[in-house]
Amino acid sequence: MRWGIQAALGMLLAPLLLGVITRTKAFFAGRCGAPLLQPYYDLAKLLGKGAVYSRTTSWVFRAGPVVGLAAMLMALAFMPAGGAVSPFAFAGDMLFVAGLLGLTRFFTILAALDTGSAFEGMGASREAQFSALAEPALLLGLAVLAKQSGELSLSGVMQGISASSWGVVGPELVLVSAALLIVFLTENARIPVDDPNTHLELTMIHEVMVLDHGGPDFAFILYGSAIKLWILGTLLVGLLVPVRTGNAWIDGGAFAGGMLALSVTTGVIESTMARLRLVRVPHLLVGAIALSTLALILVLR
Amino acid sequence: MSVLVLRNGEAADVRKIPSLSVTDFRRVVLEEVARGSRIAAFFGRPDHERMRLVAVLANAAEATLSLCSAEVGDAYPSLTPDCPQAHWFEREIQEQWGVRPEGHPWLKPIRFHRPYRGGSVGEVLPGATDFFRVEGEEVHEVAVGPVHAGIIEPGHFRFQCHGEKVFHLEISLGYQHRGAERALAGGPGKRSIPIVETVAGDTTIGHALAYAEALEGLGRTRVSARAQALRGIALELERLANHAGDVGALANDVGYLPTAAYCGRIRGDFLNLTALLCGNRFGRGFVRPGGVGFDLEPARASQLLERLQRALEDVRVAVNLLWDTSSVMARFEGTGEVSRQTCEELGLVGPAARASGVERDARQDFPAGIFRFAHIPVSTCDSGDVYARAYVRWLEIQRSVAFIRDQVASLPSGETLVKTAPPGPDRICVSLVEGWRGEICHVATTDEAGRFAAYKIVDPSFHNWIGLAMALRGQQISDFPLCNKSFNLSYCGHDL
Repeated sequence: MRWGIQAALGMLLAPLLLGVITRTKAFFAGRCGAPLLQPYYDLAKLLGKGAVYSRTTSWVFRAGPVVGLAAMLMALAFMPAGGAVSPFAFAGDMLFVAGLLGLTRFFTILAALDTGSAFEGMGASREAQFSALAEPALLLGLAVLAKQSGELSLSGVMQGISASSWGVVGPELVLVSAALLIVFLTENARIPVDDPNTHLELTMIHEVMVLDHGGPDFAFILYGSAIKLWILGTLLVGLLVPVRTGNAWIDGGAFAGGMLALSVTTGVIESTMARLRLVRVPHLLVGAIALSTLALILVLR
Repeated sequence: MSVLVLRNGEAADVRKIPSLSVTDFRRVVLEEVARGSRIAAFFGRPDHERMRLVAVLANAAEATLSLCSAEVGDAYPSLTPDCPQAHWFEREIQEQWGVRPEGHPWLKPIRFHRPYRGGSVGEVLPGATDFFRVEGEEVHEVAVGPVHAGIIEPGHFRFQCHGEKVFHLEISLGYQHRGAERALAGGPGKRSIPIVETVAGDTTIGHALAYAEALEGLGRTRVSARAQALRGIALELERLANHAGDVGALANDVGYLPTAAYCGRIRGDFLNLTALLCGNRFGRGFVRPGGVGFDLEPARASQLLERLQRALEDVRVAVNLLWDTSSVMARFEGTGEVSRQTCEELGLVGPAARASGVERDARQDFPAGIFRFAHIPVSTCDSGDVYARAYVRWLEIQRSVAFIRDQVASLPSGETLVKTAPPGPDRICVSLVEGWRGEICHVATTDEAGRFAAYKIVDPSFHNWIGLAMALRGQQISDFPLCNKSFNLSYCGHDL
């Protein structure tokens, strides 16, 4: 049953990462900050509300959040974490997971366009543009890991990366980690790409697409994003903290510590730099692609 | 003489304003503007069944205000094609009095209210007008407001965009129109001061000071040196609080947390200094015609200095973080540029004008009260972008603190409040005050009984909203909030 526990923990703990990020930012701002469990309170509050649907929207608008959350939960089931293999795995599932991320985005974009609002259309256009650049960086990064470990499933890849891999292909892994960090920040709508806290619709990317969702739908979206944060975080932590002793407590503890450190790092990044100008975001993402490509060339060499 | 020349806060017989033919009026205004004057106020007032247009032209080099007027019928040839800075005033005149400036390129309401005379117009709804449109397959329109996310005032913005690029921004206001000017007519009375203090709540001291100086001019009341110094202190404290808040808000808009968080707190520290002065954080009840409502005893004065010093140290750290962070500078520099030429043609005022290199500051150009004796250097910057508008604010923060320190250290003795003489009959007085947003202009006219026949208020926002529209041309739509915050204009001050 060990392989099911980490997926369950992911479902349970994902919103906590957001709480840690918020708390870190509050520390830098000199505030006490919201409780660590605030994201859970928010979800509970939203689930208790009714939903309002505009008459101009169709079933696509209602399907968006459900499909998004379902795809994220499915992706979670393919993510190995803390040295354990994932509940489900097959050769090539890394493409499947990337595809699920794409599916979520596709439906979020469709739901946004379905409202007919100028804001949401703008957000959808930005999301489509930036994710088109973030995806190659992710896939090339995964290709490096696949080549390095000789495996095509995420579980196999993560088993294949150990502390000793860093001694052999350290530079490549550094490059991939940097690229994945950029993808992590982009996909999760964090600074320097997006500002999850802004109230200014004109500057938003991800947030503006979900403005018209409310109640349980919005809870699904928030929870789905938390899971996404967890999934991409797992990938990054699995790479950066490759503790594979076989002892569940040590491996799991190292993983948990890694996730905590990643959340704090995200909070620190958000607290110490401003957002990029929107036209500069593609430069950053192309940079990520370049890093991944360079790593791929190095491992193929 | 084709103009009546006044000083800031000086009153004259209203009948001495030369009445010119419309042709001469246009010629005189255009000549004065060509000579370097700026339209500080331009309004209509009823004069024995006819309408009279009055222009107040401010000449900074000579520190004079030139007034001239013309009697008009239902229409007159517009000044705007020859003098762009008249455009908003002419729209106001058309809306208020139904006098049509012929040839005005963009004649639409600015506040959406019924005209003051010749009723029989149907319901007037805010924002119900023809908006400028750019046609084309790839052009899209984005409408923002009047209800915004966040706690800000209502205003409607229409962007004509090509992708992320803004071709044109049209700003439609009027949602906050309360009729402040009309409510002041018939005064001065007990209600006058509260109305003036709430023309723009964040500029309480600025507007109250302009009102007080106008009233003192009309009644020839002499205010003690002590009261003048205290007014200067309050005015600069208001500037400090708002500038500190603005710099923090700019940081917030680019997602830079530390400065945003600390400046938000420091703004409160400055507001609390105003509260130390008079018990109200926004300075309500401090400025009164004839002086100030509260004295500053030595004990509170030393407390004020000490807390001011601490707030300055804090704001210095928070603001310097901005200049030292390259990701912030990358957002500020080159965003929302307004050229010096645009600035002068449109008659922008305040930090927005000074950020484009225009040395325009009513404290220096038209000094009144304490500013006749104590000078604050004018802070300018050349680039005209968001960075410049932020940097000018930082310079002004430092200079205002230095000014307050000097003034508190050498407070003259004297009465804080003297009784004002009632305004004389048939008089006019123009008072200019450099509020934190820029030049505040009040024009008070009395009738034969010495009551306000008309009271004209020009908030700096009235001049500057068009500057924001210009700053957005060719910019990214995602930079609008940042540009908007760098101007930080008042909706209610414009809408009156």
